[in-house]
Amino acid sequence: MQERLKELQTEALEKISTAADLKELNDIRVSYLGKKGPITEVLKGMGKLSAEERPKMGALANEVRDSIAAGIEEKQKHLEEAAVQEKLSAEKIDVTLPGRPVKSGNHHPLTRIIEEIEDLFIGMGYTVAEGPEVEKDYYNFEALNLPKGHPARDMQDSFYITEEILLRTHTSPVQARTMEKHEGKGPVKIICPGKVYRRDNDDATHSHQFMQIEGLVVDENIRMTDLKGTLEVFAKKMFGDDREIRLRPSFFPFTEPSVEMDISCKICGGKGCSVCKGTGWIEILGAGMVHPNVLEMAGFDSKKYTGFAFGMGPERIAMLKYGVDDIRHFYTNDVRFLKQFSIHE
Amino acid sequence: MFVSYKWLQEYVDLSGVTPAELAEKITKSGIEVEGVEVLNEGIKGVVVGHVLEREQHPNADKLNKCLVDTGADEPVQIICGAPNVDKGQKVAVATVGAVLPGNFKIKRAKLRGEESNGMICSLQELGIESKLIAKEYSEGIYVFPNDTEVGQDALEQLNRDDQILELGLTPNRSDCLSMLGVAYEVAAILGREVKIPEPQADTSSEKASDYIEVQVEAKEDNPLYVAKVVKNVEIGPSPVWMQARLMAAGIRPHNNVVDITNYILLEYGQPLHAFDYDRLESKQILVRKARDGEVIVTLDDAKRELTSDHLLITNGAEPIALAGVMGGANSEVQSDTKNVLIESAYFKGATVRKASKDHGLRSEASARFEKGVDPNRVRAAAERAVQLLAQYAGGEVLEGSVEADALQVEPAVVSVTLEKINRVLGTELSMKEVEDIFARLQFETNTDNDTITVTVPTRRGDITIEEDLIEEVGRLFGYDNLASTLPVGSSTPGHLTEYQNKRRMVRRYLEGAGLYQAVTYSLTNEAKATQYALEERKPVQLAMPMSEDRSLLRLSIVPQLLEVLKYNSARQNDSLAVYETGAVFLSNNGEEDLPEEREHLAGAVTGLWHSHPWQGEKKPVDFYAVKGILEGLFDKLGLSDKAEFHQAQKDGMHPGRTAEVLLSGESVGFVGQIHPTVEKELDLKETYAFELSLKAILEEEVSPLQYEAIPRFPSITRDIALVVDKGTAAGELKGIIKEAGGKLLKDVHVFDLYEGERMEPGKKSIAFSLKYFDPERTLTDEDVTKAHDKVLDAVKEKAGAVLRG
Ligand SMILES: [Zn+2]
Repeated sequence: MQERLKELQTEALEKISTAADLKELNDIRVSYLGKKGPITEVLKGMGKLSAEERPKMGALANEVRDSIAAGIEEKQKHLEEAAVQEKLSAEKIDVTLPGRPVKSGNHHPLTRIIEEIEDLFIGMGYTVAEGPEVEKDYYNFEALNLPKGHPARDMQDSFYITEEILLRTHTSPVQARTMEKHEGKGPVKIICPGKVYRRDNDDATHSHQFMQIEGLVVDENIRMTDLKGTLEVFAKKMFGDDREIRLRPSFFPFTEPSVEMDISCKICGGKGCSVCKGTGWIEILGAGMVHPNVLEMAGFDSKKYTGFAFGMGPERIAMLKYGVDDIRHFYTNDVRFLKQFSIHE
Repeated sequence: MFVSYKWLQEYVDLSGVTPAELAEKITKSGIEVEGVEVLNEGIKGVVVGHVLEREQHPNADKLNKCLVDTGADEPVQIICGAPNVDKGQKVAVATVGAVLPGNFKIKRAKLRGEESNGMICSLQELGIESKLIAKEYSEGIYVFPNDTEVGQDALEQLNRDDQILELGLTPNRSDCLSMLGVAYEVAAILGREVKIPEPQADTSSEKASDYIEVQVEAKEDNPLYVAKVVKNVEIGPSPVWMQARLMAAGIRPHNNVVDITNYILLEYGQPLHAFDYDRLESKQILVRKARDGEVIVTLDDAKRELTSDHLLITNGAEPIALAGVMGGANSEVQSDTKNVLIESAYFKGATVRKASKDHGLRSEASARFEKGVDPNRVRAAAERAVQLLAQYAGGEVLEGSVEADALQVEPAVVSVTLEKINRVLGTELSMKEVEDIFARLQFETNTDNDTITVTVPTRRGDITIEEDLIEEVGRLFGYDNLASTLPVGSSTPGHLTEYQNKRRMVRRYLEGAGLYQAVTYSLTNEAKATQYALEERKPVQLAMPMSEDRSLLRLSIVPQLLEVLKYNSARQNDSLAVYETGAVFLSNNGEEDLPEEREHLAGAVTGLWHSHPWQGEKKPVDFYAVKGILEGLFDKLGLSDKAEFHQAQKDGMHPGRTAEVLLSGESVGFVGQIHPTVEKELDLKETYAFELSLKAILEEEVSPLQYEAIPRFPSITRDIALVVDKGTAAGELKGIIKEAGGKLLKDVHVFDLYEGERMEPGKKSIAFSLKYFDPERTLTDEDVTKAHDKVLDAVKEKAGAVLRG
């Protein structure tokens, strides 16, 4: 009997080790450990044994059973793992194939520039002021020290609708309107972005419609050094810390003194190249101290208040910053152009 | 204004300052120097030669064989094609080895079998623009005066060893439209002396007043008229240096008399006019307004009809010049002119501007009058002119001048305090430093404690208020020397308004949804201005448009976006989604009123909405893709409950695939498919578009964000499939369900639609999923059944819906 059990154990363990799949293993389990299996059969003969031998034989039978069961379990784990491996290896994909695209558009480059400037100045305590694109002659010209018949009106030939109404030629009327709303009390600290219009034929450097962004600060004790410091912060943020700025005298009817700001040319490092027309400097914006007439017309006491203003063209800044060579690109909206401004710098 | 560096040296000592350095200094403290031109750049080896012999080339009719002495040991043979070359001339010779502009190297050559050792040059070949070359030399070589020494550097003889600073003058700095003005400016910048010419001419015993009488009727337009007479001039070329200076400044030399008037224009900024005295046919100058319809023939031989706006110089009867603009043909100085009348006058800027604009005649002279000449230079300029006429035209200057003078010249006197200067500039200048700056400018000052009073010379008419003085101090102190500070004082919180914030969110959302932001033109043509408008209003029209295509302001953005799609489609990008936010313009009735500007949001989507080719996924855009974008937007803005989509009809839109969008029951725009005929016209694939009043959407009141407890009790979902008429809208059913479901019904959504063959004709099945929920307790089946039965009754009663088996 003992031998028979040992024999069964050896036989079963051998079958287990050669079982090829889970089904075969299960058959082994049923055939050896089942109620009708050979071990049960062997145990049926236990009655013939002595009372002394019976427990010994029982223990041996259990041992055999456990060893077969353990063998099966181990093999099963093994086979299962193999099955998983096989499945996984069959599931292998080509990771170099392209992924499913996530739809995404992006800001127009001009919006990108404008928002960058807005955010910079918001951080310095400015609010964003907006105004109508169709303006009264008064706000577009007269309130800015450009009375009727002023020769500088020639400088910006405009689209009139009636004698008194026109498409604004700059965003400065927003400054005039905002100052007027403040009823002679400072501080005023605004940045004014928006579309403007001039009678120009569209070509690589001219557009009858373009963007402008202007800033205005009016308070007691605003100094020209404040203008210089503010513009320096702006230039370094927009064009990089390594850029130098210079202010040089200029003329605008609404500011006195008036200046233009240049930044050092990035292309040639100031030595002079075709981009900077050999000067080493690139003109970025116009600025100045608010003309007393402009302050007075808007209801501010020019003895008490001073202010500075500056204005620039986002197109020009985008052209310089990104190397865009034709202003018309901004209004054609060729997707091959627009797409290039999706990268977050 | 073109400024010759060499000429400028006559008035200011420029030693130690190169032209480039000078340009930099002028730019930094006054006027932008737009460029510095080196006149003899790229030219080498051109000398003065003497044509010893000239004969016809044996093998070529149009060529000359010349023997030229160039100052070298032996004269050389040069073949020359110029028609005006001749024996005895002094000419510019590019010798063998010379270099001309464009890196043109002169080599020994054989021309039609004859040796040529160099080239006799025209002025064009020496880099001078054709339009600046005197007529006699414009078709051939240049000929030097006979006394020019052979072998000299020809460019030096031509005064081309010079550099020209091109000043970009702002309208306020017309004082620098003269060499003297520039000299004052440069002297101030460099802190050096300025030397002003003091013209003096020997005069004859005859008096000018015996020859001419001057009378001005239009005193306001012409407050000062100075006439001088020079007798017995000999018309001929002006000296080479004078011609060179004129050419470098962009003026073509003519003859000595005309050149001298132009030279004074450049030197003093005072335009002069020279009349042929004998052709005046009277002894009178009368300045008056023209009569309407009066005609003058100007010296360009054009007949010009005048109005009473124009100012005339007459001989008492006939017009002889259009004042400040152009002389008359009848009194022009010609080669046989003997006696000359020089006019130096102060004409009002606006009067000259009107005439030059009306007749399209803008000249160096009219530009200076328009900007205002220095009234104190009118006489000096005339004196200088007659001095030069005596010197270079052999003229005999008559004593005195004849004037009509009604001009009141008061120099501006402006005061400013030191405190104000320092307060505006942010500087800490002392009074001494400020006084020094005005001294450099040659402005007279008077200091009284903290106040400095400045008497501004009339040449600087741009300075009238204290801020102008502050600018002078600032720019000459140097903006480079200013400190950099930031405004101090009351602090202001920087922020965007709620509207601006939401607008940014809308843009970002749409971009996240796959739309590119476009920026298009506000001006458009008549057809596009009103197409797809949300409201029927008259478009705003320009008074004087530049073109038909840009003549009106848009009432809607969709037509512009369709153009964008069309443009891209034609360039192999036929699947594209774009949006734009921007103003549209609605005219108001009153002439005085500004039009109403409303910010709109528009979008347009064409072609494939989704595509992943290697997995075989390709989905064209459809109505629900675009509607989904808007629903998501309303969701973001907290407006989902207020937004509705109603079936609608709109011109240019697909009649069955267009919805009106309502917010709280008010129409705010539309969404739908572009009408297939329009798609075809634009050569677009199936295209969907929307346009909404962004203003209405962003200004709609939204309840403040409030946390709602996360449910602690489970919800119960019941699905129903309803069979209804095909025409029944899902939105309508949903409305009925929501209303009947009561408080417990938290959510309803469509999850299936079946219109297939298993349905009875004219019917469809719509399946809804209904979610019931009570925040206070776990719902029982009975609770739900009670509410659900009400829903079933309502849809049956109100929409004839039958529960699908
Ligand atoms: Zn450069």
